[in-house]
Amino acid sequence: MDRMPAWADAVLVPLISLLLAAVISGLVILAIGEDPIAAVKLMVTGALGSSYGWGFTLYYTTNFLFTGLAFAVASHAGLFNIGSEGQAMIGGLGVALVCLAIPWPHWALALPAAIVGAAVFGALWALIPAWLQARRGSHIVITTIMFNFIAAAVLNYMLVNILRPEGSMDPATARFPEGAHLPTLHEMLAPLGIGFSKAAPANISLLVALLACVLVWMLIWRTRLGYEIRALGQSETASRYAGIRPVKIIVIAMLISGALSGCMAINNVMGEAERLILNATEGAGFIGIAVALMGRNHPLGVFLAAVLFGFLYQGGAELALWTSIPRELIVVIQALVILFTGALDNMVRMPLERMFLARRRGRGT
Amino acid sequence: MDLVTVLQVLDSTVRLATPLLLACLAGLFSERAGIFDIGLEGKMLTAAFFSAAIAFVSGSVWLGLLAGIGASVLMAGLHGLASITFRGNQLISGVAINFLAAGMTVLIAQDWFREGGRTPSLIGAARFEPITLPLAETLRGIPVLGPIYAELISGHTILVYLAIACVPLTWWVLYRTRFGLRLRAVGENPAAVDTAGVSVVGLRFAAVGICGVLCGIAGAYLATALQAGFVKDMTAGRGYIALAALIFAKWRPWYALWATLLFGLLQAVALRYQNIELGGLVIPVQLMDALPYILTVIILAGFVGRAVPPRAGGIPYVKER
Repeated sequence: MDRMPAWADAVLVPLISLLLAAVISGLVILAIGEDPIAAVKLMVTGALGSSYGWGFTLYYTTNFLFTGLAFAVASHAGLFNIGSEGQAMIGGLGVALVCLAIPWPHWALALPAAIVGAAVFGALWALIPAWLQARRGSHIVITTIMFNFIAAAVLNYMLVNILRPEGSMDPATARFPEGAHLPTLHEMLAPLGIGFSKAAPANISLLVALLACVLVWMLIWRTRLGYEIRALGQSETASRYAGIRPVKIIVIAMLISGALSGCMAINNVMGEAERLILNATEGAGFIGIAVALMGRNHPLGVFLAAVLFGFLYQGGAELALWTSIPRELIVVIQALVILFTGALDNMVRMPLERMFLARRRGRGT
Repeated sequence: MDLVTVLQVLDSTVRLATPLLLACLAGLFSERAGIFDIGLEGKMLTAAFFSAAIAFVSGSVWLGLLAGIGASVLMAGLHGLASITFRGNQLISGVAINFLAAGMTVLIAQDWFREGGRTPSLIGAARFEPITLPLAETLRGIPVLGPIYAELISGHTILVYLAIACVPLTWWVLYRTRFGLRLRAVGENPAAVDTAGVSVVGLRFAAVGICGVLCGIAGAYLATALQAGFVKDMTAGRGYIALAALIFAKWRPWYALWATLLFGLLQAVALRYQNIELGGLVIPVQLMDALPYILTVIILAGFVGRAVPPRAGGIPYVKER
């Protein structure tokens, strides 16, 4: 066997990449005249030191879980879905339309309806790029990038011209009805006698996202469809010989991916803002790429990476609040994580592989 | 609409098309050599910041331009390192570069100037000034042609003329030189180029380097000619529009000129008019914003002429042993 052990591939490589990204981020903080150790301490206390911090960390985590899973599912089919951002925006539109359609009596009814709305709208937004890739061979990266911009324009048009309540200057929808209010972690934990910050936006969507992790795991590794998706991602020729129809699988994988992206909206639109605003996604769609890359497209990895990025986001906000380090530091860290765990993967992998092989040969096996 | 209005719109078309054209040609070199580049946006943004920052500090726009090109080439080198040397995923590398640029420019701008992630406004020699072509004022009196010459053709910065000159130059390099032939070949069939004894890695790095230089000029144009200084995220998706234009142009230099002028015109119209009324039908400004992307999707769909990318695009070349 001329490969390194599976644990090294799944754990060691991402860890070393992450370490490299962390070291360089530390150097960046040093270069702008701040203390990296103090910065990390501030981030930890800010993001994890209180239930308020945790509430924000978990709120961001929920967003990244959805977009990370979305990217991972498409990745398994060999598709690079860079369009999570647009799909999440249009998913938000779906959520807003559902929530404003009728005066919902209770969230337990509104939530499933909103999930359907978000998933259908998100999936539909992924359908055209998927179909174009499958049938016409147009590169899905380019079409999904284009659809991100088109989504922004559609959302802008809908908010400014159609959904804006009369008399309001703000390009946003009206507030959702009371019955569409999702329970926050504060409200969920209070009956159990656990005190949780009232101001933090983390809500029941977190549980939906965790459920989505389990469902995606079952889909990819425990169903025939998941097998077909993975087979297609490994080799289109081989899967064709195995009787798998690429057109069908590409479209289905992208629909699932788009639906997952769209579902992010139940967290940020329904759970937090309780109305649809411009730029509600705040780039979470792109962070999904980093999350999935770091998590090696496995739901468990995606979960860990999403928590890490949730921590980075909340910690970064605290840094911007208390020091002169701008919030953009997080964007740099995110870029470094994508760079090292994604693009420069071989830089870490190749020497490591050589090292393992040398050790094995040394032992004479 | 009278002639003056038309000329003003066309004039602003040329201004807005220039960065798109430069970035589009940059992408053309890279993608023709088989390296996908969705990091045009990031390279432009990096160049925009460093050109504005150095132009402000040194007071010389030319030093600024050099710094912008240098920074952009450095980013291009990173892309080359990831996608050529380490055979990484070119798309992921491009995404990383865009984020790196978006974050680093604001971080450094805040550290150097403390003005909320922007550079101070550039004045005087720290900016590219419009050039009045000879006889522009004298000929203005001639009906139709005079104003066209004075308004539309004269009165741009040197980078606009440079960008337009790059079109025939790119065509000549790609189709009339040995380097160009090899560069196109390496994007179609790198193994053949390798067999002929030409370095695939060398050619691809050269292409990525040229891409860096052109993106550098595009970014410098944004910050030191079109506007007076750097502001956060000032490229505003232009790198992606350039990418769209590149597909629209089917990876050809002259088509690239027409495609970027078309997209420039859309931007100019959207900038000037909010909502356009055409015979009772109101075209919302958002449609104008989205039109370049919609047109590109239609072209990609192959309904209006097929856009076929270079065959080896996006695939790292592994030498067979």
